[in-house]
Amino acid sequence: MTPFNMYKDKDSKDLFVEAFKEMLTTVDKGIDPKDIDALYVGNFIGDFLVHQGHWGPIISDVLGLSPIPATRTEGACASSALAFREGVFAIASGFYDIVLVGGVEEMSKRTTEEVAEGVGLALPPYAMQAGFTFPAVFGALATAYFAKYGACREHLMNVTIKSHNNASLNPMAQYNVSIADIMNQKMEGIRKKGGPLPAWKDEKDFLRDPKVNPPVAWPINLYDCCPISDGASCALLVAEEIAANFTDDPLHVVGLGQGSGRGLHAAMDITSFEATRHAAKEAYEMSGLKPEDIQFAEVHDCFSIAEFIHMEDLGFFKPGEAYRAVEDGLTRLDGSIPINTSGGLKCKGHPVGATAIAQIEELWRQLRGNAGKRQLAHKNLRIGGAQSLGGTGGTCTFTILERR
Amino acid sequence: METRPFSDVSYNQFLNEDKLMGCRCKSCGTLYLPPRSICIGCYSSNMEWVEMDGKGKLVAFTVVSVGPPYMAAEGFNRKNPYCVGVVEMGEGVKIDARIEGLDMKNPETIRVGTPLTLKFLHRGETEKMKTFVAFEA
Repeated sequence: MTPFNMYKDKDSKDLFVEAFKEMLTTVDKGIDPKDIDALYVGNFIGDFLVHQGHWGPIISDVLGLSPIPATRTEGACASSALAFREGVFAIASGFYDIVLVGGVEEMSKRTTEEVAEGVGLALPPYAMQAGFTFPAVFGALATAYFAKYGACREHLMNVTIKSHNNASLNPMAQYNVSIADIMNQKMEGIRKKGGPLPAWKDEKDFLRDPKVNPPVAWPINLYDCCPISDGASCALLVAEEIAANFTDDPLHVVGLGQGSGRGLHAAMDITSFEATRHAAKEAYEMSGLKPEDIQFAEVHDCFSIAEFIHMEDLGFFKPGEAYRAVEDGLTRLDGSIPINTSGGLKCKGHPVGATAIAQIEELWRQLRGNAGKRQLAHKNLRIGGAQSLGGTGGTCTFTILERR
Repeated sequence: METRPFSDVSYNQFLNEDKLMGCRCKSCGTLYLPPRSICIGCYSSNMEWVEMDGKGKLVAFTVVSVGPPYMAAEGFNRKNPYCVGVVEMGEGVKIDARIEGLDMKNPETIRVGTPLTLKFLHRGETEKMKTFVAFEA
């Protein structure tokens, strides 16, 4: 993957080529790109934000892969999760042996309003008409969750603080810095200017200050939201029988699930995503694994509240218990089920079409012991899961990887 | 008897007439809002229009400080935020809607469960008129 960031001088093609080159360096025994049989590329809103569609052949051309088949997948913010699935299906069917899957999105060259309008294309029509934005949908989920389970804004801050702590150990992250360091840097800046020093006692006190963390859609504030990002990600999928040609230490795709959801007003339970529950059921059934077998996971924390809901939908915690688990530190790097070791979408960045395969890449790094300072200390780290969410839960996926 | 097709076009026409209309499957009794032309429970197409009586309660909400351009055009901004939410109607179906009459400056005081009454917000004139569903606390 590319580091996720806001790039003035790189477009989608540049980003995908960069991710591809980086991927090639990670294949232990090397790969000749001419041996790749097919390409699947996830992209959500290139049509709207950069006025370019038909990304499959554009990417296959810049990689020198044409004329192999190249297909774009679209599932809003889960677009590259669908590319990954299509790649697995293509190999599992026996049709192809070597498939490149990836995702790309270029967002930062447009204004925030234009990006909001672009991602808003994935909102259900009735929600849009009523005046919902993406943060507003997650704000509404949060008020329903709070009312049902007794959580509050302070609990959301625990997610933000944990994500930033993890991201401070991830050099690929867009916000490679802890909340404590952001607070201290701001304090230092104010001191140098000679202004009156704010009375922030700790990280939560900092996050309570509307001057630095203004409201977006109650109870979602700025630090509850993922940033606008550019970036690309890719992964090489090969048939099990030939994996030894590329590495002696492959990861196995053991669970794969996808589900679809409906608009907010039609949801049976506003504090859960039925699409994630369906995806998890499929992936657990395929793998024969249970939620307690998943040792760590990346989940789609586009907004802090989403992290609670996903952990409950995936079965890591019972409904209404995830916020306490985060408070108790169970999801930290040293917890019983570390979540979003990369820093999550919140800090690693969220170039929407690239995000899902970047989540899967974090599983790869952790499982192969390549996660640097954020490497999990677990002695027998074997199984990780990645959950992606498109739109307001319209498309959700769950992918389980195993190192044998 | 009302013979309009069970579609979003009809739904929006009814809104312009100050009517919030759902439909009921005459085969299995399931109620839908907005209307559907097929029942997603039993797949019957045997539907009838049902007017909602307009009473509901708040089940989820947010107060939006940074809205889309069409809300900004109505004068909403950080200093004048607006509320949207999900309302459960007395009939049991839910709807996304604007919520008015609450203390938007102090969203922590707004309660899930607040009883609400339907109102219609008309925007634009004659053929271009669009009507939005709102509820008043």
